[in-house]
Amino acid sequence: MKAPTFAYAKPRTLEEAFALLARYGEAAKVLAGGQSLIASLNMRLAAPSILVDLTAIPGIDGIQLRGDHLAIGALARHRAIERSELVARHAPLLSQAAPHIAHVAIRNAGTIGGSLAMADPAAEWPACCVALQARIVATSPKGERRIAAAQFFKSLFTTALAPDEIITAVEVPVAGANARSAFLELVRRRGDYAIVGLAALAQLERGALTRLRLVYLGVGDTPVVAAGAMAKLEGQRATPEAIAAAQTALEQDLDPVPDLYHSAATKLHLARVLLGRALAALAP
Amino acid sequence: MDEFFEATLTVNGMPVTRRVQPRQHLIDFLRDELGLTGSHTACEHGVCGACTVRVDGQIRRGCLTLAVQAHGCSVDTVEGLTDSGELGPLQQAFHERNALQCGFCTPGMLLTAQELVSTQPDATREEIRDFMSGNLCRCTGYQAIVDAIEEVIVTRRRGAQP
Repeated sequence: MKAPTFAYAKPRTLEEAFALLARYGEAAKVLAGGQSLIASLNMRLAAPSILVDLTAIPGIDGIQLRGDHLAIGALARHRAIERSELVARHAPLLSQAAPHIAHVAIRNAGTIGGSLAMADPAAEWPACCVALQARIVATSPKGERRIAAAQFFKSLFTTALAPDEIITAVEVPVAGANARSAFLELVRRRGDYAIVGLAALAQLERGALTRLRLVYLGVGDTPVVAAGAMAKLEGQRATPEAIAAAQTALEQDLDPVPDLYHSAATKLHLARVLLGRALAALAP
Repeated sequence: MDEFFEATLTVNGMPVTRRVQPRQHLIDFLRDELGLTGSHTACEHGVCGACTVRVDGQIRRGCLTLAVQAHGCSVDTVEGLTDSGELGPLQQAFHERNALQCGFCTPGMLLTAQELVSTQPDATREEIRDFMSGNLCRCTGYQAIVDAIEEVIVTRRRGAQP
């Protein structure tokens, strides 16, 4: 289908963008890469009266190491993150997740800021950011504020972003020397939305897993932290018994939303399968 | 809100200026305004890859890109890349391997394959399948397409060896 009619503006500065958002309010939609937004316009799921294209605003697309964190500009394309050596070294979970995002032609255009703002519960970056305990930098005319990723995703396609705020960056804590990560996703076809996915992080110290983070995608309205499974494994070696106990605990952690093809029980089963695979990858 | 924007872009090496509606997709701009009907439009929500074109040297979905977003950009389509000869080896291999039947998906396949061949010259069969996963073919199937792309990659690699 074709998109409905809308106006279009391409501000040169954040200030100009804020002025447009103030003027049009909820009728304005922010456009970055457009890989989710334009698809939803085409399907007439959204009908904004104006698109505010951020891509001419300088300085919000880079990837930089800043002390203890990696600052990824909101306009950084998925493909740039996928191919970034800085990301591979300091936030390898993101390098592992990127190839799962749709297809190359889409990764060449889509941005991390756009994906976070969209807050699709089956998307990869939201779950990664929650797993990494990243901070989302939201900028408004009042200044910047940093929102912990775990507090950012409120519900289906809904975030903590205020109407006058624009995501300008994501700050990801740098991975330590003993850090391990794994990103796994089950799909029917390569590039499809995840049936279930898992972003997993841990420190591996003398064979034991510590500071474990297990965050699922595709099982709820937001990324879901598997706190019970994390607690079962904290400080443990990934023995068959420990893995089984964590897999059992997932029943309390997850209340999967069925989709057209997969029941809640199937999704829970698949989440357990992914947990086993992730632990094998974290602590081989 | 029937606003029009003046978009200036380079299409297949030629400067083009047109007044466009913001809602117009790049693929429709290329096909309807410029008559470049080589790139196809099918699913119109980013799934099939038939509309794949190149924007500033990288493949994009023509149906998930607005024409206004391409303002100031350089756009290449199957027509331009055929004329320049860049797609020649892939086109030859597709022909020889019978990697097209109705041909509807072929322009998108060629553009995607060309980005693979140029960015991953050592791609394995598995990597070819992975890279091509966003382009759907509804008649020939994928075996011959992967064969053709693999042939180009292997031939190039042999040619690159001293």
